[in-house]
Amino acid sequence: MNAVDSLFFIRSEIFLAAVIFVVLILDFFIQQKRWLGWLSVLSILIAFFLSPSFYPDSGLFFNYYTLDPFGFFFKTIAYLTIGLTLLASLAYEKIPQKQAGEFYVLLLTMALLLTFMGGATNLLMIFLTIESVSLTSYLLTGFQKFDKRSSEASLKYVLFGAVSSAVMLFGMSLLFGASGTIELSQIGELLKSSASIPQNVLTQTGGANTHGMILMGMLFLMAGIGFKISMVPFHMWAPDVYQGAPTPVTAFLTVAPKALGVAVMARVLFFAFPDLVHKWAFLMTWISIATMTIGNVIAISQSDIKRLLAYSSIAQAGYILAGLATPGELGLQATLIYIAAYLLTNLGAFFTVIAIERNLESNELEAYNGLSVRNPLLALVLTIFLLSLAGIPPLAGFIGKIYIFSSAIKAHSIPLALSIALNSAVAAYYYFNVVKAMYLAPPKVKEPLTNPFPIKLAIGTMLFGTFLIGLWPSLIIQAVVKSLANFPIF
Amino acid sequence: MEIFNSLATVSFYGVLVGILAVAILTVTTRNLFHAAIFLAFTLLGVAVVYFFLQAEFLAGVQILIYVGAIMTLVIFAIMLTSKIGDPNVPQSNRQRYPALILILAFAVFLISTILKTSWNTTETLQTTDAIRLGKALMGEFVFPFEVVSLVLLIALIGAIVVARSDQ
Repeated sequence: MNAVDSLFFIRSEIFLAAVIFVVLILDFFIQQKRWLGWLSVLSILIAFFLSPSFYPDSGLFFNYYTLDPFGFFFKTIAYLTIGLTLLASLAYEKIPQKQAGEFYVLLLTMALLLTFMGGATNLLMIFLTIESVSLTSYLLTGFQKFDKRSSEASLKYVLFGAVSSAVMLFGMSLLFGASGTIELSQIGELLKSSASIPQNVLTQTGGANTHGMILMGMLFLMAGIGFKISMVPFHMWAPDVYQGAPTPVTAFLTVAPKALGVAVMARVLFFAFPDLVHKWAFLMTWISIATMTIGNVIAISQSDIKRLLAYSSIAQAGYILAGLATPGELGLQATLIYIAAYLLTNLGAFFTVIAIERNLESNELEAYNGLSVRNPLLALVLTIFLLSLAGIPPLAGFIGKIYIFSSAIKAHSIPLALSIALNSAVAAYYYFNVVKAMYLAPPKVKEPLTNPFPIKLAIGTMLFGTFLIGLWPSLIIQAVVKSLANFPIF
Repeated sequence: MEIFNSLATVSFYGVLVGILAVAILTVTTRNLFHAAIFLAFTLLGVAVVYFFLQAEFLAGVQILIYVGAIMTLVIFAIMLTSKIGDPNVPQSNRQRYPALILILAFAVFLISTILKTSWNTTETLQTTDAIRLGKALMGEFVFPFEVVSLVLLIALIGAIVVARSDQ
């Protein structure tokens, strides 16, 4: 589809881009920056409802942006995460007031870029969107620039990110050289045809023996995307970055880029390499097992709640990847359902941490002693989110775990199923450690915790969602089935 | 004519070897300022490769942006940072040998795959002039182009936020 016809379908993105400029300009005149924050939240909401109600037949902008139900699912994820992060950051005083306007602008741009990332179906757009999302993440991580830890986290993130981008780009160049195209689906077709055409014909026309090279390109590409979703063995940056970043940014980073990274990974694997499915499914199985195990085992010994949740989010990435390790309809559904459940639960947990951090000025686990006395409601809410992360019914995390587990069983992947079961037990241990501190340890001081409205609203929304998916799972299951309707599952 | 062709081939490989040599010097030299200079030569060498492959526009851009703008920036950064130019700052750590072995093994694997692959090459060179490039940027590639412009704006804002000294 040409550029002018495409404009109709990206009206919500155009609206957001316009809002970005409006916020930038209003930043000069408005002293109370929180109004800019509210404006941003509102515009995310409006932009979401501006999305077209039907999908185009072909890719927009000469196939550089694909708008399909799958992309829409991830657009919803991105908007939800950004909107709620904006709400939470309204209550987070450590972002310098003078730069709050720019902070909101960066988050709004992030929503736009993440949407494009979910709609990328060729190598150029994949590289461009992943790179720009990373660039914005570096900036957001280092936003408390007078905090040494924040600056260090940002620098670490830049260095690791640059290397991973280089690796990914190298893989892309190999893929392009071997296949002569940047379209994912055309790479897939080339692989398919080179398997069916006899070798002697291919040697004359060129394109023979490209199998090894394409496999190599795929590995590099997966390593590059794996960095962004903190998949083991490319997870080393995650704990430091998650701990050093401002807490609302950490909440956002553990969810949205990870979810969109998985979306890109799914598109790459299913569009471009359906013929190599046995190879990458095997690889993914062991990566998934390693990711969840390493994340969970290191999380046990953490004494800082942000670091604990950071390692837990590495482990959660492992569960999400388990859906890709068991390719097929059920596996993909499991991935999407788990992402939705993880979004609600993990954001909720981090928002509760923000609410506690702004009162206690500390993220040490010891500071959580006796929280149930100082603010019973907050302690209860955090307990619920942690239970959901551990996968206890009737909460959202349970539905996700059920799906992941059954897809592993259905694919007869016994090591994966076993590892999910064992890891859930390990994870429950350190989640309950936090609960134990809040309920059983005596508090040092008794003064109660108070919080402003925006953070309460953000936590309330997440709590509502966690129970909604947990009690009426058919809602999310139907949405996921619908969003996978056009997805090519061999 | 024959002699020109073989001369061109020889000099092409000469340039490639030269790039490799200065690239290795870039990462092994102890003085960071020298490393930056070697990096500039590496990037210049890449521009020469582009010239050889008749991608003149790309070569021009490579020289303008990398050798001109970015290297100047890097050298400024080195000169303005007090301790970083000190040759006593170690350039490597204890993991250098395990890393080297791993990389060598990987290189062997990669090179053997590259040699095994029959690349889809053409005899006729595709020439791209600036006019067609500009039209493509505003036509087929308009979407990535606009996304890049948005990212540049954000990078600019981010740079200001990071560099501003007030609280």
